[in-house]
Amino acid sequence: MHEQPLLSVQHLNKQFGSGCSKCTQLENRGLTKNYCPNCGTIYACQDISLELYSGEILGVVGESGSGKSSLMKCLYFDSDVTSGEAYIDDKELKGKNLFALSAQRKRYIRNHKYGMVYQNPVHGLKMNFSSIGNIAEKLIAAGNRNVGEMEAIGKSLLEKVHIPIYRMKEEPQHFSGGMQQRVQIAKALSNNPPVLFLDEVTTGLDLSVQADVLDLIKNIQRELGISMLVVSHDLAVIRMLADRTIVMLNGKIIEQGLTDQILEDPAHAYTQQLVYSLL
Amino acid sequence: MSMLEVVNLGKTFTNYHLGITRQAVHHIHFQVEKGQFIGIVGKSGSGKSTILKSIYRTYLPDQGNIFFDSERFGRIDVTQATERQMIYLRKHEIGYVSQFLNVMPRTTSRQLVEKELLEMGESAAVAKLEAEKALTHFELDRELWDTFPNTFSGGERLRLNIAMATVKKPRLLLLDEPTASLDNQSKIKVRQVIEKLKDSGTTLVGIFHDIEFMENLCDQVFDMHSKQLAVIAGGSADES
Repeated sequence: MHEQPLLSVQHLNKQFGSGCSKCTQLENRGLTKNYCPNCGTIYACQDISLELYSGEILGVVGESGSGKSSLMKCLYFDSDVTSGEAYIDDKELKGKNLFALSAQRKRYIRNHKYGMVYQNPVHGLKMNFSSIGNIAEKLIAAGNRNVGEMEAIGKSLLEKVHIPIYRMKEEPQHFSGGMQQRVQIAKALSNNPPVLFLDEVTTGLDLSVQADVLDLIKNIQRELGISMLVVSHDLAVIRMLADRTIVMLNGKIIEQGLTDQILEDPAHAYTQQLVYSLL
Repeated sequence: MSMLEVVNLGKTFTNYHLGITRQAVHHIHFQVEKGQFIGIVGKSGSGKSTILKSIYRTYLPDQGNIFFDSERFGRIDVTQATERQMIYLRKHEIGYVSQFLNVMPRTTSRQLVEKELLEMGESAAVAKLEAEKALTHFELDRELWDTFPNTFSGGERLRLNIAMATVKKPRLLLLDEPTASLDNQSKIKVRQVIEKLKDSGTTLVGIFHDIEFMENLCDQVFDMHSKQLAVIAGGSADES
């Protein structure tokens, strides 16, 4: 089975600070967690390589500050990488390092190939636009110009995420957290992206809404065959969603494997600590 | 060629937190031919589940090989297979049934069984039909089809579990204490279910601590003893 990954990330590094002679070598940096005590540089992502295959959900777990969100931000071009490469299996972009593309090309990828759902809906939505307007914004960015068509797509997406159509003209700032999150998912799906990034999407939602959102994500994955990178510190969420899981600590991948294997037979001391903390 | 061949399997667990290393099983050898039903018995804690979970790759063994005769990949060592290969095998060729049901919340029995087929790429119509067939086949009360399994009894959960695992028609089905904590009536039902599966040609490996319920059904029975296997019964024809 020679399967081509849809998205392949190689040796991604992200640091805040310029580094010093004591911490520039990847091996033996002498960091305290991800922090260089000598120069104050923070190594948020260190040598991250991963593959995301077509139609799969890949989980990323780790404690706060382990670099999960930094990784997502780099992949979605919200922040620049310090070094590293990413390739997407797409005929126009084949063999091109996505991180080295122009800002315009990156925007094109964001608008046509990627969807992003942030932990905080404030980052993903314009809170004072109507819900359908938020979806239209993404559709326009993806090159859509036909108002009737956009409204039809918007309606069907809101329906898919169980937002009543009679509320589509309302601003998300009037919605509950769970509804905002679902509008955000609808927006992220509107350009029909092959890759969807989900950053702690169920954090802060009550259990019942959380189940709704998980169910929605799983259905979307099955129906639309979208590949997803799901970041969460909630192992129960990862167990429900992900086939494969990556464990991060201090900006590094310390373990990866089948999700049930990570949960039941963790090989790394930190993963054990994480799993044994599960209630 | 056998369906499954376990060669010198060994698994040690390390708890870094407590600084403890414990060997669960070692030097495990056995073979399962196509269509056979192998039973493994032994005290709890003897390592039965470790063997089963190693075959399913929930545990990654640190010693030995487990060769599986895959339709897609040919003879494949599951201890060496890639994660993607394992995901394929679990979706299509190897089923796993335990006494526990760990499923998506607020999903009905019917949806759970359908989902297994949808994930294989079957159409909604086929999934619906096959799911109903499976639920009928394993005698889950019709009134339970459209309810959530939270309130199911142990026996009902188990039959739903078996329906979910077998609806994909796996080449190999692993049964992890399917009769544990069931009353005799339910155990007899499980036995009937296993009989049906065996008749349909499914290769089965099951662990039990009350093997008497599987009497005359297993082609071979192994006893887990001091982390190793010993044959206690074999050659089905003359004994059954």
